[in-house]
Amino acid sequence: MDINDIRAWQTAILLISFVGIIFWAYSKRRKSSFDEAANLPFADEERHQATIKKENLS
Amino acid sequence: MESQTTYNYKVVRQFAIMTVVWGIVGMLVGVIVAAQLAFPDFALWDGISFLSYGRLRPLHTNAVIFAFGGSALFATSYYVVQRTSQARLFGGPLAAFTFWGWMLVIVLAAVTLPLGITSGKEYAELEWPIDLLIAVVWVSYAIVFFGTVATRKVKHIYVANWFFGAFILTIAVLHIVNSAFIPVSLTKGYSFYPGAIDAMVQWWYGHNAVGFFLTTAFLGMMYYFVPKQAGRPVYSYRLSVVHFWALISTYMWAGPHHLHYTALPDWAQSVGMVFSLILLAPSWGGMINGIMTLSGAWHKLRTDPVLKFLIVSLSFYGMSTFEGPMMSIKTVNALSHYTDWTVGHVHSGALGWVAMVSIGSLYYLIPRLFGRVQMFSMALVELHFWIATIGVVLYIAAMWIAGVMQGLMWRAVNADGTLTYSFIESVERTYPFYYVRLLGGAMFLTGMLLMAYNVWKTVGAGRTADADDAIPAPAAH
Repeated sequence: MDINDIRAWQTAILLISFVGIIFWAYSKRRKSSFDEAANLPFADEERHQATIKKENLS
Repeated sequence: MESQTTYNYKVVRQFAIMTVVWGIVGMLVGVIVAAQLAFPDFALWDGISFLSYGRLRPLHTNAVIFAFGGSALFATSYYVVQRTSQARLFGGPLAAFTFWGWMLVIVLAAVTLPLGITSGKEYAELEWPIDLLIAVVWVSYAIVFFGTVATRKVKHIYVANWFFGAFILTIAVLHIVNSAFIPVSLTKGYSFYPGAIDAMVQWWYGHNAVGFFLTTAFLGMMYYFVPKQAGRPVYSYRLSVVHFWALISTYMWAGPHHLHYTALPDWAQSVGMVFSLILLAPSWGGMINGIMTLSGAWHKLRTDPVLKFLIVSLSFYGMSTFEGPMMSIKTVNALSHYTDWTVGHVHSGALGWVAMVSIGSLYYLIPRLFGRVQMFSMALVELHFWIATIGVVLYIAAMWIAGVMQGLMWRAVNADGTLTYSFIESVERTYPFYYVRLLGGAMFLTGMLLMAYNVWKTVGAGRTADADDAIPAPAAH
């Protein structure tokens, strides 16, 4: 195979990967787990508050 | 308290405080070199070799990028990776080693650069023994960071950690490849690569130092501290995923735009230009994602100076990532290259984006590390914001005008083909702009001094024991 075939394939593969990432990121199936991940900066505080409450009750 | 029930805040505190210290040192050297250009005959530095511009300028760039920016990144990445992974830093004493190792690197740089010990590679001036130390510290950093991610107590890896992780990995590769030296003595090594290949490796390193050290890593900062300070999750997590992959796969190829119209093959220059133009899309995607996080909470911008720092930093990021691709176009570069326009562009990114996002993040971070709700004086934070913003605007506007003027003067030719202006005429015309630049830089430094006072009072009033460093207990199922 000519090196230019490899270059052409590389371009095609990169384009397909990029479009693939977009479809993956914007698919409905990812929504709930992305929402969960997006709330991680707040999750430790919420759970921490919950831990404090639990400790105060017991 | 040192146990598995608390986060490691000690190393975060150390790096956070040193960020302010190195910020002042690095920017002070910046103001000194700006003054040297404005007043070259001033007696204080006239004729003293280790105070000469050529030696202090790399000290300035190394101090602000690696000492100030680096410390800010260590502090915030260690904080963010712990809190979003709900796990203590991995590797025990290794985190402390990264702190003392990094400080040693900075001190060695501050000694060797004024002595004229330099490899001559921009942003990689340090000689090979220091490069080896950097490599050891950096690998330790990677172990601590990725170890913490691997031992996380939550399912997902938060997007900020993706950005921090890409930064740590890429900087390791860039540093090791570009620092391939053949040592001839303890203080002198020669590059392993010849001629134009050396230039290409250098700017592959140099531009990705901008792309991964000064951009990707600070975007990690943005993806944590903007949502925290705005009190709402990032505008679009989906966009942040596309942003991440698009940005890291494009940046790697933009380096050749530093070598337009040089001995580098023409096609390589064109590749660099095209990838630089493509970079506009992911850059602006990230900027929009950060700014839109405020949608529905815009009113907070009116009263919250910390948020002002963060959002204005994103505006400067958007501005300089528009300017950068534009300057990478060969015909524009023919005008801008080697002029002060480049200096203006760099500082629009370095002061406007990198420094302001770090300052905003530190104003969020420091009270929390010392058991306080907020900084000692929010009025001083507000004042710092305005002094810094006006300082940056003065700085970059002066350099833009100076740069375009220089470019036009250098290319002007008479009807008979001779140059219209001698080089020294363009230098003479630049003086007024050097005065304005000095003023802008001095204002930015003044803001940092206000910050140091504010941090001093906050730390003095706080107690580390009061800091909320408890790791939440695993959720009961």
